[in-house]
Amino acid sequence: MSKLQEKRKSSESGSNIKVSPARQQEMNKGPMKSVFEVENLNLWYGSNQALYEISMQIPQNQVTAIIGPSGCGKSTYLKALNRMVEMVPSVKTSGTIKYNDQNIYKDKLTVEYLRTKVGMVFQKPNPFPKSVYDNVAYGPRVHGIKKRAILDQIVEKSLKDAAIWDELKDRLNENAYSLSGGQQQRVCIARALAVEPDVILMDEPTSALDPISTLKVEELVQELKKKYSIVIVTHNMQQAARISDNTAFFLNGELIEYADTNKLFQNPDDKRTEDYITGRFG
Amino acid sequence: MFEKNAGNLQKKVNNRVWLNKGMRTLFLGATLVGLIVLALLFYRVLTQGLGYLSLDFITSLPSPSFEDAGIWAGLIGSIWLMVIVAVVSIIIGVATSLYLEEYAPKNKIADIIRINIQNLAGVPSIVYGLLGLTFFVYMFSIGYRLLAGGLTMALLILPIIVVASQEALRSVPNEVKEASYGMGATKWQTIARVTLPAALPGILTGTIIALSRAIGETAPLIIVGAAAAIYTLPDSLLSKYTAMPIQIYNWTARPQDEWQYVAGAGIIVLLAILLIMNSIAVLVRNKFQKRF
Repeated sequence: MSKLQEKRKSSESGSNIKVSPARQQEMNKGPMKSVFEVENLNLWYGSNQALYEISMQIPQNQVTAIIGPSGCGKSTYLKALNRMVEMVPSVKTSGTIKYNDQNIYKDKLTVEYLRTKVGMVFQKPNPFPKSVYDNVAYGPRVHGIKKRAILDQIVEKSLKDAAIWDELKDRLNENAYSLSGGQQQRVCIARALAVEPDVILMDEPTSALDPISTLKVEELVQELKKKYSIVIVTHNMQQAARISDNTAFFLNGELIEYADTNKLFQNPDDKRTEDYITGRFG
Repeated sequence: MFEKNAGNLQKKVNNRVWLNKGMRTLFLGATLVGLIVLALLFYRVLTQGLGYLSLDFITSLPSPSFEDAGIWAGLIGSIWLMVIVAVVSIIIGVATSLYLEEYAPKNKIADIIRINIQNLAGVPSIVYGLLGLTFFVYMFSIGYRLLAGGLTMALLILPIIVVASQEALRSVPNEVKEASYGMGATKWQTIARVTLPAALPGILTGTIIALSRAIGETAPLIIVGAAAAIYTLPDSLLSKYTAMPIQIYNWTARPQDEWQYVAGAGIIVLLAILLIMNSIAVLVRNKFQKRF
């Protein structure tokens, strides 16, 4: 647990009350602990508004799915969380996004720190044209780890966590481009894990993959949520229903409904959500 | 079908097919014009110069008598020039392109700078010669020395290198840069580890082609004072110097017929070096082409 989280815990529980470690662990697992708190987020590409007044909390160690039709702002929202959206120069935002109670737009929190703690897996597998090993070791090296023995450990652990170690342990020096699409995507997940983030943002990670690779990635997500908080954008509603704990439905840049996945799919509050999940549009 | 009558349709199709054939011939003709001129050039140069070309010619210093004259001073001078030009223009050019592509804000001012650099690539070389004369020869008091010539030539090809490097940087897919930024890498780390290695083949190709333009340039060197004939090789940045094109120009300007053959031999050496440089550029490009 980071110092910040500890601070937050102690301030929540009051300075006089001692919390047992077991209880504290319980509380960390509790549904109320959130990694992201987004309030009144508006976002513009130039003069086009893409997001309207989004307020949403993202719970720790759970899988949060974001669904919605194409162009509804779900990817934009995801990329706002680690400020990747700023790769587009004309982007402007208002509102607040707090990551572990820190405002991500305040100068004290550099964008490099944020992206170290909030990793990302992209829609299209995007390995570097380097070996599998160098791909996974990229992040640790960027953060200054040079010793081969430590890098070896990180690479092995990350590939194991991404459930691809057994397939690739004898092919670490092969160029990542020679792997299949599904393997490339899991190497990209391993690469994201190697930086030891808290949160992993996944932007339609299976949209370029075949069904078997998709299944493997979905199983992996289930496994990863024990250690990480995961936000996954998907246009595949079955996938959201299968793997997520909470689901948010976006439409035309607005957050229409955000609820427990079972509730949202079985008994949505909003008519538009119902229309979308029953396939009446989208 | 648009046309019910089969005969009419056939006629219409025939017209299009003939037009296609006509255009093909036209384009082939245009290509041949260039090829024929090139062949004539080669023929003229080879018939004039080949007889005079020998190892002796390459390794001899200039001489008042055409039997002894050689291109060694020009060759060495050109190599010195190219080293200065390459070092100065690659460092400044690549740094400029990195700033413009990766760091500069995308606004009007940056756009104006970009367009102006492209325009600079089209400025006549003699203008750079005058610039070099004003700044390097007089203002910085370098005089008619190797360094002044090298810096002038570096300025001349700087815009070409900047534009080529910008294009190479732009061709690196955004996805891999995003992957790097997504792990908390800074801009510089991303450039050094991902963008620049991926863009390097393109940058090298552009640079070599720019250098091969510089090695054939005559006009700016005449202005910044490359010597018409020197009998010693340059041994420092502040030596007097000459270059191959200057040497050739000087030979062709002499009245006796024999000097034309000497000039022809010089042109062959210059062309051979150009050809080697361009081949290296092609090799570099092919070797790294399939990285993305």
